[in-house]
Amino acid sequence: MSDTPLVRARGLVKRFGSGDAESTVLHGIDVDLYRGELVALQGPSGSGKSTLLSILGTLMRPSEGTHMMMDADLAEADDGELTRFRNQNIGFVFQFHHLLPDLTAEENVMMPAAASAGRETAAMRTRAAALLDAVGLSDRRHYRPGAMSGGQRQRVAVARALINAPALVLADEPTGNLDRESADNVMDLLGRFNLETGTCFLISTHDVKIADRCSRQVGLLDGRVVEGKG
Amino acid sequence: MRYAVKIAFRHFLSSPAQTALLISGVALGVTVFIFMSALIGGLAQLLTLRTVGSIPHVTLEMRERSPGLINPVTGAQLAVQKDLSRRQQIAVWQPFIAQMESASGVIAVSPQIRGSAFLIRGQAIAPVGVFGVLPDKLSAIADISSAMVAGSATLPSDGILIGWKLADDLGLHVGQAIQVRSDRQRERSFRISGIFSLGIASADRQAIYMNFTTARALFDLPSGISRIELKVSSVGQAPRLAEMLGRATGLKVTSWTDENAQLFEALDAQSRTGTIIKVFALLTIMIGIASAMLLSVMRRRNEIGIMRAAGVGRLFIVQVFVLEGTLIGATGSIAGALLAWAALAPFPPIAQVKSGGLPIDVGQGGILIAIVLTTLAAAIASILPARRAARVDPVEAIGQ
Ligand SMILES: Nc1ncnc2c1ncn2[C@@H]1O[C@H](COP(=O)(O)OP(=O)(O)OP(=O)(O)O)[C@@H](O)[C@H]1O
Ligand SMILES: [Mg+2]
Repeated sequence: MSDTPLVRARGLVKRFGSGDAESTVLHGIDVDLYRGELVALQGPSGSGKSTLLSILGTLMRPSEGTHMMMDADLAEADDGELTRFRNQNIGFVFQFHHLLPDLTAEENVMMPAAASAGRETAAMRTRAAALLDAVGLSDRRHYRPGAMSGGQRQRVAVARALINAPALVLADEPTGNLDRESADNVMDLLGRFNLETGTCFLISTHDVKIADRCSRQVGLLDGRVVEGKG
Repeated sequence: MRYAVKIAFRHFLSSPAQTALLISGVALGVTVFIFMSALIGGLAQLLTLRTVGSIPHVTLEMRERSPGLINPVTGAQLAVQKDLSRRQQIAVWQPFIAQMESASGVIAVSPQIRGSAFLIRGQAIAPVGVFGVLPDKLSAIADISSAMVAGSATLPSDGILIGWKLADDLGLHVGQAIQVRSDRQRERSFRISGIFSLGIASADRQAIYMNFTTARALFDLPSGISRIELKVSSVGQAPRLAEMLGRATGLKVTSWTDENAQLFEALDAQSRTGTIIKVFALLTIMIGIASAMLLSVMRRRNEIGIMRAAGVGRLFIVQVFVLEGTLIGATGSIAGALLAWAALAPFPPIAQVKSGGLPIDVGQGGILIAIVLTTLAAAIASILPARRAARVDPVEAIGQ
């Protein structure tokens, strides 16, 4: 591992609500993520995995703490800056393969790139085709999500997360909604992309088998980091 | 922007039934808009046509001559009396006629001898207004020829034409002889050549037409005339022509518009009513589009969340939804315009509208304006929903 982490978060606190209804979900989390890592984020339901991923993905601001990524102080950035940063450097894969229903597989993969450029380019199309090929869906390029299986959709979502060659991909229970075979398939893909591109993956999961395939595990319990393996 | 257009287009095409319904709603509003414009415009044209149909568009008369005031001696009272023995007449007129006839836009010029007289038949006496016109100019101003109900539209030197009401009142028939006594106390007998019905009560009861030359004698006007009446091809030009002729001739020149202020007030009120109806049609369209777009935004919350998570900016989201609304407005208004055009085109031209028929002038439907305004209104109506879309919180919307 290189010495400077890709992501460095210190003392992340997240509180929801206010007054009597206030609840603290994250109690001072410290995390470092390095380029090339494949990290599993484990923890029981309600432990705060999704909340942490949202903060690390700049979709949500921490109540307290610092969040640095690639020398950018993300806790201080404004909404427009965060949006651009996210677009260029962070990819997401969600549990419920969220694709845009009115776009084809290929158009879905191109979407993050096309939206920031204002148009779809031939280069994007080539890259999207290559990514779809890599996830084994070249024959489904022109299918709409409605005409694909759950596993296929999730593979399209993985391809989409990678279109802008981000440094970090955050996957929130990416296999939680898939059968064993599809889950293995998706995990194979994530592992392969991690090796080939050096992209850092942080994958939240309940599944020990999936956590075991990662290079490092971070455990979360009641909003605190517990000792992880590796 | 190009990509925003693409996404908006996909949204637009994504649920055809719903889009079709929305477009029909907009189309209906636009049809109302165009129908109102065509009706108000047609009505104005019809009223104008009916009004200017039988009246002169420009009239030239002698200026009223007021005696000049002498500086009154202090303490003295001064009474000014008009010289009634002198007739109001245009003494030099022949040179004007040819000049006016060749002026552009002038379609008829009619020099006239006018005066008051009594029609006498036995004990019965009726006051009438005499129109002394050149026989070939009989129908130049009011279309007497096609208003004849009996006899013929000719003006022999001993013949007169009278209105049907006057004929009724005095029990007169074509061919009968009758006495006419002018306000100059000259009297002679005429034969009734024809009876007309102009549909204007005053004319049908009080007007009699006679030969220009005969009228000269009857009213003691050996060389001058009372007035010159003009008709022009486009009635809107009348005021300008009147002003020009006034300067050129020094005569008192009036345009038909000077004496029909009421008509213009009525037309004005009418067009205001039309505007109000059109504004409401537009408002209805705007409310419809705004609520449809709000629903669309709700339905697509999850998709908006995905886009925002993927680093798509708020401005892009606003663009997509404003474009979607604009697209609905544009398609709906074009559909409505086609519908209105198809429905209104078969209506006859205003000049051929029969009583009881709707005076519709498709040309005044403002079809282009309706399309532009509706599209614009749709874009404006989409701004609020689009801004709401841009504020969707990705974490909440994705709901992991
Ligand atoms: N917007 C919110 N308002 C209030 N409480 C919240 C909110 N979001 C999450 N929480 C709470 O924070 C805690 C952690 O939620 P989070 O979704 O991060 O857990 P998780 O580890 O992802 O669970 P799971 O494995 O079920 O997905 C939960 O107790 C949840 O109720
Ligand atoms: Mg979760």
